[in-house]
Amino acid sequence: MKHLLSINDLTADQAISILDTAKELSKVSDGAMKKLPTLRGRTIVNLFFEDSTRTRISFESAAKRLSADVINFSAKGSSVSKGESLKDTAQTLQAMGADAVVIRHGASGAAQRLADSGWISASVINAGDGTHEHPTQALLDAYTIRDRFSELQGDFQGLEVAIVGDILHSRVARSNVLLLKKLGANVTLVAPPTLLPVGVESWGVSISYDFDQTLVKSNVVMMLRIQGERMNDSYFPSAREYSRSFGLDSVRLNMLKKNAIIMHPGPMNRGLEISADSADAGNSVVLAQVSNGVLVRMATLYQLLAADQNSEMRM
Amino acid sequence: MAAVLDTGDISRALKRISHEIVEKNHGVSQIVLLGIPTRGAYLAARIAKFLEEIESPVATGTLDITLHRDDLRLRPPRPLLPTVIPTGGIEGKNVVLIDDVLFSGRTIRAALDAIGEIGRPKTVQLAVLVDRGHRELPIRADYVGKNIPTSSNESVKVNLSEIDGIDSVEIVGGK
Amino acid sequence: MTILKSARLLDDSVVDLRLSDGKIAEISSSIVAKDKDVVTYDLEKNLLIPGFVDLHTHLREPGREDSETVATGSLAAIRGGYTAISPMANTFPVADTAGVVEQVFRLGQEANLCDVFPIGAVTEGLHGEHLAELMAMAKSKAAVRIFSDDGKCVFDPLLMRRALEYVKSFDGIIAQHAQEPRLTVNAQMNEGEVSSKLGLTGWPAVAEEAIIARDILLAEHVGARLHICHLTTAGGVDLVRIAKARGVRVSAEVTPHHLLLTDDLVTNYDPVFKVNPPLRTQSDVLALRAGLADGTIDIVATDHAPHPSEDKDCEWQAAAFGMIGLETALSVVVKSMVETGLLDWAGVVSRMSTNPARIAGYAGHGHEIAVGSTANLAVIDTSGTWQVDRNKMASKSKNTPFHGMQLPALVQMTFFNGRLVHDLNEGK
Repeated sequence: MKHLLSINDLTADQAISILDTAKELSKVSDGAMKKLPTLRGRTIVNLFFEDSTRTRISFESAAKRLSADVINFSAKGSSVSKGESLKDTAQTLQAMGADAVVIRHGASGAAQRLADSGWISASVINAGDGTHEHPTQALLDAYTIRDRFSELQGDFQGLEVAIVGDILHSRVARSNVLLLKKLGANVTLVAPPTLLPVGVESWGVSISYDFDQTLVKSNVVMMLRIQGERMNDSYFPSAREYSRSFGLDSVRLNMLKKNAIIMHPGPMNRGLEISADSADAGNSVVLAQVSNGVLVRMATLYQLLAADQNSEMRM
Repeated sequence: MAAVLDTGDISRALKRISHEIVEKNHGVSQIVLLGIPTRGAYLAARIAKFLEEIESPVATGTLDITLHRDDLRLRPPRPLLPTVIPTGGIEGKNVVLIDDVLFSGRTIRAALDAIGEIGRPKTVQLAVLVDRGHRELPIRADYVGKNIPTSSNESVKVNLSEIDGIDSVEIVGGK
Repeated sequence: MTILKSARLLDDSVVDLRLSDGKIAEISSSIVAKDKDVVTYDLEKNLLIPGFVDLHTHLREPGREDSETVATGSLAAIRGGYTAISPMANTFPVADTAGVVEQVFRLGQEANLCDVFPIGAVTEGLHGEHLAELMAMAKSKAAVRIFSDDGKCVFDPLLMRRALEYVKSFDGIIAQHAQEPRLTVNAQMNEGEVSSKLGLTGWPAVAEEAIIARDILLAEHVGARLHICHLTTAGGVDLVRIAKARGVRVSAEVTPHHLLLTDDLVTNYDPVFKVNPPLRTQSDVLALRAGLADGTIDIVATDHAPHPSEDKDCEWQAAAFGMIGLETALSVVVKSMVETGLLDWAGVVSRMSTNPARIAGYAGHGHEIAVGSTANLAVIDTSGTWQVDRNKMASKSKNTPFHGMQLPALVQMTFFNGRLVHDLNEGK
């Protein structure tokens, strides 16, 4: 495995191996957070064409804990904003000797283009491409679920996961659907029909327009960020109506199954898709998702970079 | 491909090492055994059992050194193995690292780095079942089950009943 | 004077032809050269048919001569067996005045490889707000008969109605790029299973069909001629079929790429497959083939759309829409229509030569092989195959989606007004 562009790049075993590695790293990382020498001498570039401080910091700290050299290359204030193409940027990074490029880009498929195009020989890690995928987010979500439901090891059989909100524009939803299905969970997408893509029937998941019905049978409720500007495009009439039908409010919080967990990839719109008391409830794992993000990204970097891809050697 | 050590040989060697550990450390109260997975961890468990018979129970754990290796680039990525540090930690203790074969010394160097991340033991000692020579670093074992001179194109295969179904040490390959 | 020996015709007869003054002067079982200045070509029983006529070509001149000029586009055309092409109006400046269409027409005459009949814009600047000077373009030297805002839809229904009515006076035709703009804001590919997985904004079939339906009704109401550009959906084929049954004066085209390629090719995000309207599904492809076979769709048109490499060597969303097609059109039609048993060679000739020439009123094109016909001819090796190589295209651009594919049928020669302008074996 050279790149991580989509969850489709991983077999179930490879995904579980990343989760297992992250678990071991969590033990190593417990207590005093010292650096591991694993990726000493490797250069990892965070190539961010979109602002995402959270994801960038998560990747940066994962890389640094493994002793890699990190270069942050953000589109703002760089030549990218002056119209430099993805190709030219990639070739610049190639010339700088990047071993891996972590790319966040507003265009779906940008990570794949970077990996396929021959512009650069580095490993490419997709840190979110348009409305396509965000594979490390799905991995950290699966890690968090596994951490909370200790009976789940390789197999998520029987686990009921509801993903609620703007599925149409969500790369988090696409990656999560692929990974959770791969691991054996039952996934139900909950959204108004306007926020579900045409063709979603082919995803092999259940669809529900009724949050309450889905909520009471779910072990995991994953809330997606809803962007206010969707209102202007008539995806739904008003924030209030959206909240009332698809928000996780105090009433719904009390309807949750015992032991069910609440997830959100952040940043949250408190009061819109999730109420403050739900976000801060004891069964909310939102902060665990953040800290697990570093572990999962360390594991991903280790799997992709620890061995030289060119020397698939013995022993 | 002949077995150099059999079940009885291995058991006797480990028992002798256990006695040497007790003797050198004047008891086992300050001892922490850390086995290097995979086979070093099983050896550590066996030594712990002997120590308990000889003296009293000892703190035992495992230490995966994968992330500290300096030859990661040369291998396909491999899953991390468990690191378990016994409650009580290693601070100020006499740590005995346990591995199956001592060869170049690089694994032990990595283990010393890994220990350095965890704490500052009073001493670090090394016990190995087999020392096959060919050191590339100034590292030596405190306790050796058996010295087996080998040529560098041979390899030493340690089988333990816990995972290999049989106890034996063999020399494989070489011409 | 030119003599063509051993030409195979559509009825499988093998004849010799004498070309003189740009026309076919004689056809008989054997013609022997009497004069010394006669040039003789042995066609070795390859198929002789009228040259193809393209009603949908983008040549980029004026304005983007780095991706194609009238001359390089003409060269690509004759390599594909075309003897007439129709450059669309979306140049810089837009071909919305007599001056611009005459300039393009003149550039075609200067290149002198095939006829270049410009298409005029329907609206000024393709803005969809005011009619362009359609009459002036019709009466210019370019004698424009087809008008299109191609690349953009004439969306305003009132403006579309007026355009349809206005061109009736000179038997003009409005060629509509059917795309409902509100339903295709930022659209990137066919809306369906594949787009849902790739996270690319969908271009739904209904956005094409809604405009086709509206325009058919408008054309019926005002009794005008309507031509539907690049039909891509099964629903669109149905609408045209119904309209024809009702007697509406509608004609329709399909591109070679929509006859062969489907939207699952987008999966690797390679923008060489980015085109507008987008590649659709396999069931659409089958419906288009059936429509072309049964005459619902009148013609094949290339929508040859050259783009410089930097407009394709980028992320999908940033890439330009379009594919080149003049040099591969025949082969793709043969692969999708002839090899599947849906059309015979006479059918290919009607869809690629006779019908487009008739729709556009291009005299001198699409005639049967007969004494007195203008000698705009193509010679086809129907049994040969070739591998598409984007680096060997006559077009200035390389954006062919067929690169690397092994395709049937070779255009051996093209004659324009009796003159050999393309010979595949030249220099061999």
